[in-house]
Amino acid sequence: MDVIIKNLGLLINATLIATPPLLLAALGSCFSERSGVINIGIEGMMTIGAFTGAVMGLKTGNGWIAFFCAGLAGALFGAILAVACISFHADQTIAGTAINFLGPGLAVFLCKAMFNNSSDTPAMDPSCKLPKLFEGVFPAGSFWSNVLNVYSVAYLVFILAVVCWFVFYKTKFGAHLRAVGEHPEACESLGIDVYRVRYTCVILSGFLAGLGGAFVTLATINQFRPSVIVGQGFIAIAAVIFGKFSPEGATKACLLFGFCSGVKTLAGSSNTISPNLISMIPYIVTILALVLFVGKAHTPAANGKPFVKSK
Amino acid sequence: MGRVSHLDESKVVIRMKDIVKKFGDFTANDHINLTVHKGEVHAILGENGAGKSTMMNVLCGLYKPTSGQIFINEKEVHFSSPKDAIDIGIGMVHQHFMLIQPFTVTENIILGMEPVKGLVVDKESARKKVMELSERYNMKVDPDAKIEDISVGMQQRVEILKVLYRGADTLILDEPTASLTPQEIEGLMEIIQNLTADGKSVILITHKLKEITASSDNCTIIRQGKYINTVKVDEVNENDLAAMMVGRDVNFKVEKKEMTPGEIVLDVRDIRAKDYRDVEILKGLSLNVRRGEIVGLAGVDGNGQTELVEVLTGLRKAESGQVTVLGRDVFNKSPKETFESGISSIPADRQKHGLILDFSVEDNMILQHFEEEPYSSKKFLNRKAIREHATELMDKFDIRPRGTEGNPAGTLSGGNQQKVIISREVTNDKELLIAVNPTRGLDVGAIEFVHKYLVEQRNKNRAILLVSFELDEIMSLSDRIEVIFDGQITGSVPGKDADEKELGFMMAGGKKHE
Amino acid sequence: MNKKKSILESNVLYTIIAIIVGFLIGAVFLLIAGISPAVAYAKLLDSVFGKPKYMVWTLIYASPLIFTGLSVAFSFRTGVFNIGAEGQFVVGSLAACVIGILFDLPVWIHVPLCIIAAAAAGMVWSLLVGLLKVKRGIHEVLSFIMFNWIAFYLSNYVVNLAAIHKEGGGEATKDVRSTARILVPEGLRDALGCTAANWGIVMAVVAAIIIWVIIEKTTLGYKLKAVGFNSSAALYAGVNSDRSVLTALGISGALAGLGGAVQILGMSGRLSQFAGQEGYGFEGITVALIGASSPIGCIFAGIFYGAMKYGGSKLSIIKAPAEVVDIIMGCVILFIAISQIFKVLLGKLTKKEVK
Repeated sequence: MDVIIKNLGLLINATLIATPPLLLAALGSCFSERSGVINIGIEGMMTIGAFTGAVMGLKTGNGWIAFFCAGLAGALFGAILAVACISFHADQTIAGTAINFLGPGLAVFLCKAMFNNSSDTPAMDPSCKLPKLFEGVFPAGSFWSNVLNVYSVAYLVFILAVVCWFVFYKTKFGAHLRAVGEHPEACESLGIDVYRVRYTCVILSGFLAGLGGAFVTLATINQFRPSVIVGQGFIAIAAVIFGKFSPEGATKACLLFGFCSGVKTLAGSSNTISPNLISMIPYIVTILALVLFVGKAHTPAANGKPFVKSK
Repeated sequence: MGRVSHLDESKVVIRMKDIVKKFGDFTANDHINLTVHKGEVHAILGENGAGKSTMMNVLCGLYKPTSGQIFINEKEVHFSSPKDAIDIGIGMVHQHFMLIQPFTVTENIILGMEPVKGLVVDKESARKKVMELSERYNMKVDPDAKIEDISVGMQQRVEILKVLYRGADTLILDEPTASLTPQEIEGLMEIIQNLTADGKSVILITHKLKEITASSDNCTIIRQGKYINTVKVDEVNENDLAAMMVGRDVNFKVEKKEMTPGEIVLDVRDIRAKDYRDVEILKGLSLNVRRGEIVGLAGVDGNGQTELVEVLTGLRKAESGQVTVLGRDVFNKSPKETFESGISSIPADRQKHGLILDFSVEDNMILQHFEEEPYSSKKFLNRKAIREHATELMDKFDIRPRGTEGNPAGTLSGGNQQKVIISREVTNDKELLIAVNPTRGLDVGAIEFVHKYLVEQRNKNRAILLVSFELDEIMSLSDRIEVIFDGQITGSVPGKDADEKELGFMMAGGKKHE
Repeated sequence: MNKKKSILESNVLYTIIAIIVGFLIGAVFLLIAGISPAVAYAKLLDSVFGKPKYMVWTLIYASPLIFTGLSVAFSFRTGVFNIGAEGQFVVGSLAACVIGILFDLPVWIHVPLCIIAAAAAGMVWSLLVGLLKVKRGIHEVLSFIMFNWIAFYLSNYVVNLAAIHKEGGGEATKDVRSTARILVPEGLRDALGCTAANWGIVMAVVAAIIIWVIIEKTTLGYKLKAVGFNSSAALYAGVNSDRSVLTALGISGALAGLGGAVQILGMSGRLSQFAGQEGYGFEGITVALIGASSPIGCIFAGIFYGAMKYGGSKLSIIKAPAEVVDIIMGCVILFIAISQIFKVLLGKLTKKEVK
């Protein structure tokens, strides 16, 4: 019995560790997608965020400052995407693909340039990382200690999900961003600045993706490596589509993916099944879930379509 | 219906002076003038593409004029965005409704001007204000319904309320009657009366002469981007207006010789089908079309016309019923099979169904035939034969500009795009031709052309089913008019001497007067 | 005809502008990193054109890229977006590798068998996504991404199976049998001074020509394009759009799978465990874009990218990060994506000058 409870605690813990980076990126992606801009460059934005977080953690020694800077780096890439897609009417998928080349390319390039041609940053001292909230509150090894052995940012991320829901459905900005993704011409005729709403959303999406990436380097592990994000940005996109482009849906989907990856972490230590097979689980679960339960989602009507302002 | 004018000539609300609007090399508005008074209903008349909408987009701040001045209440204004125009009291109801489908009526009306309590949108007070407005001008709406679930008429009322909510003193209505029943149109006219009685001014953009004489004080006519004249509506008749609009005398009557309809070509019996929301929309519809006659299907959009045509052309599966063409069963067959069984069609949405805009003109002309000789053999296309075919059709149907066989169809004008479709569909030699809104968005010249060809096909002893939301078109072309309402044929009248009032009454669900 | 040509030329022009801008931005980053762009780019050029051997290597690098480029270009032309070329490439290479190792057959059976298996694997991988789209309405971009990762882990799993894995550890499989390799004859290889010289580039060029014929000259191409450009009108014309989507995805997937085969049977001779995605599929998107989605364009774009990859790999000799290639390529894609704006701007400029 004790073993079950212990493992359950560890499983919840692993879920709470794996979910936040995905959730941050997915929440950001909700803003972008619902305002009508497909952001397929999340992966690149997360990678640049992960790198910036690691470097700033090393340089400043303060996890929070580093975390914020990572957000800014992501936002910068969000701004590049926004300029291309919104002002220059670029094909959104293609521009996003460009971001996926630029983000990781630039991260590793700069890493090599800064750290003596090594593609990994040096490991950080724990004091540089984000703090844990409940460290030492519960007895070591106890259920609650296992469950809550996560960095404080993780809690903030879940609060942020609620905030995003609030912004989406209760505020003026939320109404505008949803409307802009459905019928930009109507919004323009009502005096809503479509470009401004979309710019805000895409840059915000980059910011949150950057934070998501930095969560990995500043909380989950303690350095940047080229393989640190591998696919999490794409998983976040999947979560958004899976969650029907809504913050609440994306949150559920991210928890599911986080849970799968928690199973992977725990089962991975057991050695009976190939870790490669276990790693496939989240992806297969996604496909199955889509086939069995979700079906067609209502895509924002103007998603992916460039909007040309009247002159 | 007695119309009361509320025109107050002492007060000029809007004055547009020498407005010029160029798009690149194209001049959409060439020195246009307009004066609107308080309480006035001012019609703007012009053909499709004459520049009416451009002019109004300038007035509502969407476009910046290349040159010219706008005065509101005798003060010059410069709009840098629609918001400026809204703030000063100008509101536009666009022809294609600017509504967010998944939003509710209230959410749409308040969009961009949401009342807030702290950070939160105050939905309660918004709803109350919407209800107040709706009662004040007698415009019924359901504030909590989603746009995707309400009728076209109600959507239009939402649009008008949206403008009023923003405190507009001048309302611009762009082709407001396009998809309304005659009864709904009357309702709209009443709303316009209520608005002017309240001191508001209404600018009515239209190409329908009857509406102008029934509703307006003054009318400004523009043609090919140029200002032609402004007239007092009481002092002119419809023919004068038409002549000014087109620049020559026009004959709206379509010349048709008498013909006796022959054998039944299309026989539709008891068709039941569901629409995209899985709701039954065709409820046991029966209809037939004979050789040598044009049967007009009159009805308000949304009563099952679209679905009927889709069933006939194989795009939608019906639940039950029977469809035959000259005895051949075409019920629930694929589009290819229905085509091969003798049904050819001019689809409602030419850019969606009729053409592949990215394909060249010549490739569009073989859309149903690309797998046939001589256009291809053994899976390989024969470019030479395709080009020759296209050149021949372009000459015969006067598709302009010539020599554009290899250019994307999307580069042609709307009228010429429609000609491409017509050239393709009438040269198929099929027994039945279904034409859905064949003249939508075309100018007068092109309309005459299309009508001429439809009658010519009839005279060649083909069967023609004409589905149109333009009642005038149905009345002038049809040998027999069938009225569709709520998924059934509710009445049938001979095309000759059909009475518009009666048709309108039936289109709204009333039974035929005996 | 004249007009067509000028449009084509202008597309080439904007692509070249995009490439130049990409190099300029790459130069800025090299400067930031304290490396002379002149030195780095000279090294890049020298690594590609310095010796005939280098040029052969460039073509070796280019062959799989031309295939994935064709795969993506074909999907663009037929209205679907194959962002799953990556996964199809991986299962293709996996199939070729497994059959190349496990079977012992004469050359003339072994090579075709491996190639067909790779194409079939890529096709199946892509068709699964197509079926999800057609039957269940599931967004293809979503399922492609999922299938990319499933392929990734599947490949890593198979690489580590005892029957395939190289004895004595390491992270790679055994070598593919020589009967399955598509290398050019030994004498020629010696003459070229390149041990991996293979027929891949010839296969790629042939594939590009076949794809060009399909798209431009056949009723199949007409059908697929019709569905791609406007599925409603295609339906009206009697083309079954579901079947067309599946056909298009199947062909596209097979091309990516062939790329995997060429990579294994030609260049590498074995499959290694991946740390991150190989990127051939994503690079294929770039190749398709630079090649303006034209099959013939893909040949040149693939060779360009192959040169960049091969040359980039040599940059570490002068301590310049090879990732500058990713930065350059990222910028190239970005600028091609916004090239419409260049067109408008240039159009305006030239007009003003005339006036």
